[in-house]
Amino acid sequence: MARFLAGRCAILLATLLAASVLVFLVLQVLPGDPASIMLGTSARPDTLAAMHHQLGLDRPLWQRYPLWIAALLRGDFGVSYTYSVPVADLLRARIAISLPLALLAMALSVALAIPLGVFAAARRGHLSDTLVMGVAQLGVSVPNFWLGLLLVLLFSVKLGWLPAGGFAGPRSLLLPAVALALPQAAILARVTRSSVLETLGEDFVRTARAKGLSRAAALWRHAVPNALIPVITIMGLQFSFLLAGTIIIENVFNLPGLGRLIFQAIAQRDLIVVQDLVVLLAGSVIVVNFLVDLAYAALDPRLARA
Amino acid sequence: MSALLELDDLSVRLPAAGPVPLLDRVSLSLERGESLGVVGESGCGKSMAALAIMGLLPPGAVVSGGLRFDGQDLLAAPEAAWCALRGRRIGMVFQEPMTALNPIQRIGAQLAEGPRRHLRLGRGAAESEVLRLLDRVGLARISPDRYPHQLSGGQRQRVMIAMALACGPDLLLADEPTTALDMTIQGQILALLAELAAERRMALLLITHDLGVVARHAARTLVMYAGRVVETGPTPAVFARMAHPYTHGLFAASPHAIMAGGRRRLPTIQGQVPEPRARPPGCCFAPRCAAAAEDCRQSPPMLAPLDAGHLAACYHPRAAA
Repeated sequence: MARFLAGRCAILLATLLAASVLVFLVLQVLPGDPASIMLGTSARPDTLAAMHHQLGLDRPLWQRYPLWIAALLRGDFGVSYTYSVPVADLLRARIAISLPLALLAMALSVALAIPLGVFAAARRGHLSDTLVMGVAQLGVSVPNFWLGLLLVLLFSVKLGWLPAGGFAGPRSLLLPAVALALPQAAILARVTRSSVLETLGEDFVRTARAKGLSRAAALWRHAVPNALIPVITIMGLQFSFLLAGTIIIENVFNLPGLGRLIFQAIAQRDLIVVQDLVVLLAGSVIVVNFLVDLAYAALDPRLARA
Repeated sequence: MSALLELDDLSVRLPAAGPVPLLDRVSLSLERGESLGVVGESGCGKSMAALAIMGLLPPGAVVSGGLRFDGQDLLAAPEAAWCALRGRRIGMVFQEPMTALNPIQRIGAQLAEGPRRHLRLGRGAAESEVLRLLDRVGLARISPDRYPHQLSGGQRQRVMIAMALACGPDLLLADEPTTALDMTIQGQILALLAELAAERRMALLLITHDLGVVARHAARTLVMYAGRVVETGPTPAVFARMAHPYTHGLFAASPHAIMAGGRRRLPTIQGQVPEPRARPPGCCFAPRCAAAAEDCRQSPPMLAPLDAGHLAACYHPRAAA
């Protein structure tokens, strides 16, 4: 187990390093000079040069990358070019919205998808299975931003129950979380169903029945825990789609979260904010995948040895 | 007193697999403490019979005829009654020890599941019961905290046997319990099964394709072919006469025959078991039978008595030696 953990941690660090190099290089290659965007197109060359020097952009790449990483490790995220405030403060305020949103969406998705998927598998071929899978097919095909607009029309405009946009307390996160969660839940429910169906055909489920377990007990005690192993992989993959989804959904609902921040920062060539944010998002995807690996090892004793 | 297990013209059809029954009017009875060997090639309906007795046939299976256990009509029994019997009064050992255990549960937990459910044992009582069971099947040195992948095939099959015996069943169904194991382990497992059956006066239904196993471990023998019983009787009588040509063919094709006769090349039964949907109108074995005559191709022969308790479904049974 210790060797497994050490190996996974090494992979985690290597991936983070590679991601940060990639993000840094890609942003240097992209067109658009932050200084000229800050000062306007009519700025004089010597003003531009002074600004370049102030932002550190006049140094060569091989110096700027280590400086940036070293500062990140000290907790110094730099100062935003456009907001002129420390990026760390910006991030802190925005994470307070985006993290609860992502967690709520993930929780909703899992709480909906796994019971429905197991239910559909247990009632394979019945009307209820067809119904659940039909709705899931619909959910897979609906883009989350469009679903968000429909939800706003129904719950905000028609019924007036929930705010249509902006952030005014936790209630504002409900509709965006539902809009993010439903399409993901649809995919997860389909994966859960097929995984449970496959597991139900395994010999050990028949063994459980031969011990006198009822159909339901054999399902929940033996089939489902085995079936969840591949489902967890999909959940890990979905987390990255969820982050991409928050960028779109926060713009639809006008939520001041990380998604909106990165969107604006790209438009305004606020390179330091984009750099920090992309590394943060990449890091969270990598950490989630690390957690998925750990969950795997916890669920499946055969893996912990390897 | 009626028999412990009685099958009376039991037929099983799977509409999804065609209209022909996979199990065709099979009758047998088993007393307490008795052992019956069921033999036949793969696809002859042996496993189907065991699953029918357990009530674990694939969904959609249509069962007709009679199936009684200790006087109880199982075909009329509700699912809850089946659950109360399975694992408690009827235990089953499956063929594949590699896949028949849950890979992500400790063997102790899997062993304790039956006793906790059926005998209402508490956690502590179940734990000591698991140790006793492991000891009884010769795994005293194996920790209940092990996972199945940490055990060998023979050890896993011993765990399966311990699991099937956990609640002291009256009937044990063993479906090819040693086919997946190597030869030296096979003998140990079969000896263990026979010993445990004798110790508890448990009835044993031993399903196998190996005539040698039946000869050594079953008091009575039942030979199946294409879903039907073709010969049945006390094991010595069946082996002495091998009245049905199929029984004789099976014996000639088994390695034991070579050892006895000193022949070099293992003879085989020509042809294959007919697919259920392609069964001939007469005797199913006629197309492969050297002794087949015109009447064999007209209508299927019924089981008819030859001598005390020995029956065969053949128009031209081989004469007694």
